[in-house]
Amino acid sequence: MKDDDTVSPAAPVADSQTPAAIAVSHLTKQYKTARAVDDISFRIGRGSITGLLGGNGAGKTTTIAMIMGLVLPTSGGIEVLGHRMPDESAAVLGRMNFESPYVDMPMRLTVRQNLSVFGRLYAVDNLKARIAELASDLDLTDFLDRASGKLSAGQKTRVALAKALINDPELLLLDEPTASLDPDTADWVRGHLEDYRKRRNATILLASHNMLEVERLCDRVIIMKRGRIEGDDTPAGIMARYNRATLEEVFLDVARGRNREAAQ
Amino acid sequence: MNNLSLQIAPHRVGAMILRYWYILQSSWPRMLELVYWPMLQIITWGFLQTYITANAGFFARAGGTLIGAVILWDILFRGQLGFSISFLEEMWARNLGNLLMSPLTPLEFLLALMTMSLIRLAIGVIPMTLMAVAFFDFNVYGLGLPLIAFFCNLIFTSWAVGIFVSGLVLRNGLGAEGIVWTLMFALMPLTCVYYPVSVLPQWLQLVAWALPPTYVFEGMRTLLVEHVFRTDLMLSALALNAGLLLASFAAFLALLRSARRAGSLLSGGE
Repeated sequence: MKDDDTVSPAAPVADSQTPAAIAVSHLTKQYKTARAVDDISFRIGRGSITGLLGGNGAGKTTTIAMIMGLVLPTSGGIEVLGHRMPDESAAVLGRMNFESPYVDMPMRLTVRQNLSVFGRLYAVDNLKARIAELASDLDLTDFLDRASGKLSAGQKTRVALAKALINDPELLLLDEPTASLDPDTADWVRGHLEDYRKRRNATILLASHNMLEVERLCDRVIIMKRGRIEGDDTPAGIMARYNRATLEEVFLDVARGRNREAAQ
Repeated sequence: MNNLSLQIAPHRVGAMILRYWYILQSSWPRMLELVYWPMLQIITWGFLQTYITANAGFFARAGGTLIGAVILWDILFRGQLGFSISFLEEMWARNLGNLLMSPLTPLEFLLALMTMSLIRLAIGVIPMTLMAVAFFDFNVYGLGLPLIAFFCNLIFTSWAVGIFVSGLVLRNGLGAEGIVWTLMFALMPLTCVYYPVSVLPQWLQLVAWALPPTYVFEGMRTLLVEHVFRTDLMLSALALNAGLLLASFAAFLALLRSARRAGSLLSGGE
């Protein structure tokens, strides 16, 4: 283990020369009684997978919600695919998509009806073929005509992923994409996300509590705590910086307020 | 959803209408509910009208004012409910985040809700009007062209109220759902559905004349009792409705922005 006792925060991996899919600058969100996000800045290069880590209340969901435009920042700026959010959201909303545990697919509609509605909203060309392609990719074909509310948790996650991919997005925002899934289904979803990134050169930002998932998927990890960025590096770089063998250990150090010296 | 955009893409409006149609046709109890209450209303009030007509000289001359008022009130009430229930479907389904993150604009969303209010209204009110003809010899379509003026003004008001209460639910979550079902009833005594404006105290008459439906109900009574169509009343209602619709759209955008600022779109519930 290393001996140095301080952790240098926020060393962004993506340099300012590469085109950014997401650029966040001095972003702050102050609610009435709590500061959910506190002056954070980062850039995410196109074609990368970045993990946003942190315990409950760290500010991950609020950060993603501000990037999506669901929550307005108190101060600071956000650029998505080269456009200022939320002012220029019309230029980018059709090029991005998301999946979150805070939203559901309408339960009474069948999977095909749901995908058909969202496909039309995103003006997807040749929609029938696109739905068939997604159904095949995500193993949905057998229950395309079943009501979304009658699916298992794993099936619902795959349907939500199909909705998130319906417009073949350049930028995918995922909040806990494998939460409440069994290990097999979770592994399957991760594999699909990896494939999608490679095939589409898409940018993926995901918030997760699952450290193995982040280690497997992410080129880069941003660790948040109490609304601030505690660390920003590759998974290996973060582990080296905290002098830990796994991200799980790093997460526990950050969550419990231990620096490396205390952790040793 | 882009707040400021006034663009309208028909394919996105169509997608939302398709969504609400899927919901409606997937549930026969919902379809039945659309027809059930208006029918019950017309039966109750129709028999009351029959009884009063047989026993009161004025009502004998003014045949149909009660049934006419019931039908027009239902257009106003069911129009707003049809709008708001479609909106509530998104809240109940926790689907609003998906829509707000899509290219759908607020104006397109509201246009889809307006269209659904017309569809739901047609399903509920047309059988009711046919029943009025069959059982109580009152043909609302016999009002002719004035009926179009009455209908348009009532539906515009119902949309304005629907837009405003949807904004309130958007901002405050499903804890504010009750207002969707009750706000229109607050207008009932003020818009003088069943009695002339002159019945109200002087100061309350000023309030009544600030509400577009008052002109419609007053206009209907004038048409049925005096056989005169008051275009001035309809034009006044139209002008008020234009102001109401603009104000409600502005309020909806302000409430949406406030919800984004407060982070309430993430919770959606209470």
